[in-house]
Amino acid sequence: MIEIHNLYKKFGSQEVLRGVELNIEKSSTHAIIGRSGCGKSVLLKHIIGLLQPDRGDIFIEGVNIVGIGEKEKKDIRLKISMVFQESALFDFLNVEENVGFVLQRYFPWDRKEIKERVRESLEMVGLYHIEKKYPKELSGGMKKRVAIARAIAFRPRVILYDEPTTGIDPIGADVINSLIVRLHDQLAITSVVVSHDLGSVMKVADTISMMLGGRIIYSGRKDDLSLCHDERVEQFVSGSRQGPISAQEV
Amino acid sequence: MSRLIKLAYYLGSLVFLLGEIISSFFSRQKKNLLDIINQMIFLGFDSLGLVSVVALFTGIIIAFQSAYQLQRLSSEIYIASLVALSLTRELGPVLASLIVAGRSGAAITAQISSMKATEQLDALKTLGAEPVEYLIMPRFIALVVTLPLLIVYADFLGILGGYIVGGSKFGMSFGLYFRMSLEALQFKDILAGLIKSFVFAIIIGLISAREAFDASGASEGVGIAVNKEIVRSFIMIIVADCFLTALFYSILR
Repeated sequence: MIEIHNLYKKFGSQEVLRGVELNIEKSSTHAIIGRSGCGKSVLLKHIIGLLQPDRGDIFIEGVNIVGIGEKEKKDIRLKISMVFQESALFDFLNVEENVGFVLQRYFPWDRKEIKERVRESLEMVGLYHIEKKYPKELSGGMKKRVAIARAIAFRPRVILYDEPTTGIDPIGADVINSLIVRLHDQLAITSVVVSHDLGSVMKVADTISMMLGGRIIYSGRKDDLSLCHDERVEQFVSGSRQGPISAQEV
Repeated sequence: MSRLIKLAYYLGSLVFLLGEIISSFFSRQKKNLLDIINQMIFLGFDSLGLVSVVALFTGIIIAFQSAYQLQRLSSEIYIASLVALSLTRELGPVLASLIVAGRSGAAITAQISSMKATEQLDALKTLGAEPVEYLIMPRFIALVVTLPLLIVYADFLGILGGYIVGGSKFGMSFGLYFRMSLEALQFKDILAGLIKSFVFAIIIGLISAREAFDASGASEGVGIAVNKEIVRSFIMIIVADCFLTALFYSILR
C-alpha cells in the first residue's frame, strides 16, 4: 500500500531523514515509534505530500508521489487523510463545517447528503449533537475526535495519525485508541500511527517500526518487538536512560 | 550587497504571491462570496470608526495650518481648496492605507500565522484546499474593493473637518466651502488618489499574507510576523506613494 525507498530530507544543515526504508501493508495499522524529534512527523508529512524529499521515492498504491503535479497531488490527498497532533480544526468554522469541509468542496452532494455524512462520521467517533459548536467550545479529547471524524468523512483509504493521544488524559487516550482500532475494523482503512506512547501503540498497531536518527532501525510485527535484541530498541521499549541512545540524541 | 539580494528576493516573492492570488481568482474553484463579504465587513467597514476620527482631525489640522499661512495673504477662502487637494491626492490615501495596514493587515497576519502555528494551514492542504486560494484571495479582494471606498470616505470626512475650521473661524458657509472644494478638485486628482489606494491595497494584501506564511514558531512567531507586517507595509506604502506622486506629477499635470 505504502512503500518508501531511500528517503532523505534536510532542513538547512540538519538532516532529518537519512535513507528511510519502509513498507506498510494494505489494511494494516502500522505504528512508527521513536524519540521526539527523530523525524516521525516529518515522515508522515512526506507521505501525505506536505513535504517533498531531497531524495528517494514514496509509492502510494503503486504511484510514486514524489515530484507529481498539483492536480495529481490533490487526487492522492483525497485517498489519504491526516489527524494532526493539535487536531488542527479550523477555528473559524463550526464542527459541521469542519467535518464536511472536503465534502462541500469536492463532492457533488447536496446539503442534505453532506449533513447526513457529517452526522454519521461524528456518530462513528461517539459525538452527538455538537454540529453547531465551534472548536473553542470543545475539550482536547473532543477536538481530537472531531479531527478523526473530519479525516474519515470522505472515506479515505489511508489515515495518518500524528501523536493521536498526546495531551489527552489516560481515559481520553484510551477512547482514542479504541476508536482507531474500531475505525480500522469498520472501514478497512490502512492506518499509520506516529507516537512515542508505547502503551497506545501496543493497543492499536499490527506492525511497528522504530525510527532513530532519521532511519528505520526496526520493523516487524507488534508481538515480535519484545523479542528484538537490538539494544537501541530494547532501551526505548524499557524506557531506560542508560543505553546506546544518549539522553541528548534525537 | 546581501541586503540588496534579500530585498530583491522579498520583492520577487511578493510578485510570485500576486501571481498565485490572480491565478486562484481565475481557477474553477467556486468562490465563497459570503466569506468575501465577511472580509469586506471586517477589513473595511469595521475600520470606518478609526478612519473617521483620523480623517476628520487631519482635515481640521490642515485647515488650521493653511489658515496660518493664508491669513497673511488675506486668502483664507482658499483653505477649502488646499484641504481638498492635499487630502484627495495625498493624505487621504496614505493615512487610510496606514490605518488599514496597521489594523486589518495586522489582523490578517495574526490570524493566518497562528493558523500556521497550529498546523491549520497544513490541514487545509491535506483536505485539498490551498491557503492562497482559500484564505488569502478573499481577503485580498476585500482589501482591493474596500480600501478605495474607505479613502473616498476619508477624503469626504477630511473636507468636512476643514469646513469646521472654515465655517467656525472664518464664517464660510457650507455651500461656499464645498463649492470651493469641488472647484479645486479635478478628475485627475480623484483618479490619482484612487490609483494610489488600489496600489496600497495590493501592498497591504501581499505583505500581510507573505509575513503570515513566513512566520515560524508559536506565539513569539505570530508577534514577530505582525511586527514585520506593520513595519514593511508602512515603508512600502510611503515609498510607493513617493514614486506614484512623482509619476502623477509628470503625467497628470
